Amino acid sequence: MTYQPQADFGTPESRSTEQVTLTIDGRDVTVPAGTSVMRAASEQGTSIPKLCATDSLSSFGSCRLCLVEIDGRRGTPASCTTPVEPGMVVHTQTPHLAKLRKGVMELYISDHPLDCLTCAANGDCELQDQAGAVGLRDVRYAADATHLGQAKDHSNPYFDFDPSKCIACSRCVRACDEVQGTLALTVQGRGFDSKISAGLASDDFLGSECVSCGACVQACPTATLVEKKVVEVGTPERAVITTCAYCGVGCTFRAEMRGEQIVRMVPWKDGKANRGHSCVKGRFAWGYAQHQERILKPMIRSSIDQPWQEVSWEEALTHAASELNRISAQYGKRALGGITSSRCTNEETFLVQKLIRAGFGNNNVDTCARVCHSPTGYGLKTTFGTSAGTQDFDSVEESDVILVIGANPTDGHPVFASRMKKRLRQGAKLIVIDPRRTDLVRSPHIEAQHHLALRPGTNVAVLTAMAHTIVTEGLVNEAFVRGRCEMDEYRDWAEFVSQERNSPETLESITQVPAEDLRTAARLYATGGNGAIYYGLGVTEHSQGSSTVMAIANLAMATGNIGRRGVGVNPLRGQNNVQGACDMGSFPHELSGYRHISDAETRRLFEGEWGVPLDAEPGLRIPNMLDAATDGVFKALYVQGEDILQSDPNTHHVAAGLAAMECVIVHDLFLNETANYAHIFLPGSTFLEKNGTFTNAERRIQPVRKVMTPLNGYEDWEITQKLAQAMGLAWNYTHPSEIMDEIARLTPSFAGVNFERLDREGSLQWPVNDAAPDGSPIMHVDGFVRGKGRFVVTDYVPTDEKTGPRFPLLLTTGRILSQYNVGAQTRRTDNVVWHEEDLLEIHPVDAENRGIKSGDWVKLASRAGETTLRATVTERVAPGVVYTTFHHPLTQANVVTTDYSDWATNCPEYKVTAVQISPSNGPSEWQEEYEAQAAHSRRIAQPEAAE
Amino acid sequence: MSSSLDHLIRMANQIARNLQHEPDPAAATAEHIQLYWDPRMKQMIFDHGAQGLSDTAAAAISALKARV
Repeated sequence: MTYQPQADFGTPESRSTEQVTLTIDGRDVTVPAGTSVMRAASEQGTSIPKLCATDSLSSFGSCRLCLVEIDGRRGTPASCTTPVEPGMVVHTQTPHLAKLRKGVMELYISDHPLDCLTCAANGDCELQDQAGAVGLRDVRYAADATHLGQAKDHSNPYFDFDPSKCIACSRCVRACDEVQGTLALTVQGRGFDSKISAGLASDDFLGSECVSCGACVQACPTATLVEKKVVEVGTPERAVITTCAYCGVGCTFRAEMRGEQIVRMVPWKDGKANRGHSCVKGRFAWGYAQHQERILKPMIRSSIDQPWQEVSWEEALTHAASELNRISAQYGKRALGGITSSRCTNEETFLVQKLIRAGFGNNNVDTCARVCHSPTGYGLKTTFGTSAGTQDFDSVEESDVILVIGANPTDGHPVFASRMKKRLRQGAKLIVIDPRRTDLVRSPHIEAQHHLALRPGTNVAVLTAMAHTIVTEGLVNEAFVRGRCEMDEYRDWAEFVSQERNSPETLESITQVPAEDLRTAARLYATGGNGAIYYGLGVTEHSQGSSTVMAIANLAMATGNIGRRGVGVNPLRGQNNVQGACDMGSFPHELSGYRHISDAETRRLFEGEWGVPLDAEPGLRIPNMLDAATDGVFKALYVQGEDILQSDPNTHHVAAGLAAMECVIVHDLFLNETANYAHIFLPGSTFLEKNGTFTNAERRIQPVRKVMTPLNGYEDWEITQKLAQAMGLAWNYTHPSEIMDEIARLTPSFAGVNFERLDREGSLQWPVNDAAPDGSPIMHVDGFVRGKGRFVVTDYVPTDEKTGPRFPLLLTTGRILSQYNVGAQTRRTDNVVWHEEDLLEIHPVDAENRGIKSGDWVKLASRAGETTLRATVTERVAPGVVYTTFHHPLTQANVVTTDYSDWATNCPEYKVTAVQISPSNGPSEWQEEYEAQAAHSRRIAQPEAAE
Repeated sequence: MSSSLDHLIRMANQIARNLQHEPDPAAATAEHIQLYWDPRMKQMIFDHGAQGLSDTAAAAISALKARV
């Protein structure tokens, strides 16, 4: 579409069901009660001049530009702060109002630089627009006392702050408060001395608590806060709605373009996942798409010690197909496999698993969800009957008690965290179960009622102790359980959790959670109104990850917190399309829609569509593929969009498995760590260069739309299709919409999904079918998908990973706001200014005992391996616990993680590793060798000069 | 013993331990392995025998082996 700024109705929408009719400028308008006069006028098509009002913020009434006259009322009230009333007669344009507005605007402009022609916001400036709207033609006041000429703040890598252009409307401050919830900005001084400040007067934006979400920039009506890219490139000339490729929140953005160049990514106000908000990654960290290290030509090599040779697409694909066919003939069909990506679209993921099942002839397909949310799939399917969260994000607005376990949403899912924090500021209660004191535990205007700082690895014990409290204190919602759940299983479970060995007091020595605190938290969850549970990888990445998910489901069922708004069980998905990758049949045991491969009827459906017989036996999971490779029977791997060498546990084992294969095909944007062991490299396309869909954590299927030509030449689905064609498969999709049509034909929960409808409606939440034609924001409303909810006894089983004299501390891992996953994207953006290396958090007591200070190099050693990194001494972690992130390949936190995994799914136990910390002089020998090996492996042969 | 077989023995024991509260833990363990292990993994544990396996895991493997 051509460029149009997003509509701004001035004040937020009212959700009242009561309707009010009034007259504005002689025309009747009917709006919900509670609507402002400004918004009612705007919905009628009348724009009342405004500056301090915008519809993402509560009305403020400071600029005095939106004045109106109302029959029977004295004066000229501000339309933004005046609610509509029945029969009200409003006049928005009179000679008196025009004179007042012109006078107000004249005062603003008297203290504003008149550099419109050279201003970055020229043509996209509300102040400029409103000056025109009120008919301002000259300024009579002498400029002897102004704010002009103040120093600009360029410190933030993505936006500038020019106080000379500020009109002190406070929109930025209010956006930081109301939308983001960080409260980093303030108005410093009073009257003429008022100035927007990022914290203390001595702070610049970069040094402040600002999290660079961009809400202030979006709210600014002038060029005071403006994107550096707008300054550099100019204003956009078109906009395309698409979906972010970072976390599982799935924010929708307007990619605002000039030609094929992105000017900025602006959160789309109509986006149902993000409601117009963004974080530093989605809003600003897209520069990796044009990074110089991106590989744009296919490459091959005969062995991993050779330099890469750039070749044509045809040569690369012919060679890849030849190698795959050779290995299949030589070692058997089951010697091949592939990995789909949670970063790629549903359509691309579906094609990769189809290639493996229909082309390779086996079910050796897995996905990176193996290492994050596979226990969610198992646990929620077992208890509720479907492998997905139960709510939409809007649901949190009706929660009374929010229980966050094993998740750090302010860093991992920041846009949803802002919505959660808004609800908490309104008075909802908060329980945090986490070994680490995350920001959510205590932040401006938010303090958790309970922080259960459990010992890593004891999630099941804590949840069982909560269940013990709820059952033995008579807090079970018996009507819900009796009506909605299997009673035999419930009785077994209730009897089990009631045993004294599961009481908070008995388990306190294991969990390290004070029994009374746990009991009070359990009572709050059970009796505090709508109780909602949000969880992340701190739940799943354990040896009892699946049990923990089921323990969570048990709690929700026992308290009746399922099947309506404000409650539910909500997995916060790590990557943008974890949900979709799982939905699309990426796991080796099931086809799309979570139907087991052994089911003959389901297989027949796919065989009919694909025209080939399918293997009825489950295939290999990623760790089993690596085991089979080291055993010498698994020889070829096609990896799309995942870096298993950096992201998967026990790096040495992953490297050994990859090194044992004869053909590793990496299909990615960059020469990632896995590519060090690859023989064929197929350059991938970014989310900006392709069409398709992502499915976020609330089961919301959203369009991904191409805004620029793929620099590598092809969208990723085209590359997979070409590989399939080279292997002899007769695929002929001409557009990813045809792939979605096939998905819909084969997958009952997607039956009503197609591209035309997604473009029209913006998004759809599965299941979308005859039973739910408009999709399903809330699941299990009248009954569980499996019929009756199933309670499962979850006995606490300690992990085999034990601390002892050699490894006395427990390491747990996580991520940070500015970086994403293995950092392949965010490390190639200016986000590195906030996090240029992984750091080890260690408690002061443990640091003191080892002679370690913040900034010191330390050795982090486990039974699996060792690495070095710098320490930061902090009380965020408890004594005996250390923490780090895994964003940087030279740290390689996964050198120390073990191959222990979840009992049901083999999801790695990243969150519990017994380690020792000791002072170090710098990078370890292994790190230096690894860096040298990686550099050696990444050599690209230079083409010979033409004669 | 290969590390792969070590992994399989550990996995089987882990599954059995976590399914101990099912009405028939051995049957539940056998079913889980049937649903999620690839043919070679099953064959490896069949060929291995009961050494290192818990009683429940061994019973499950034995029952599964008899079934196929």
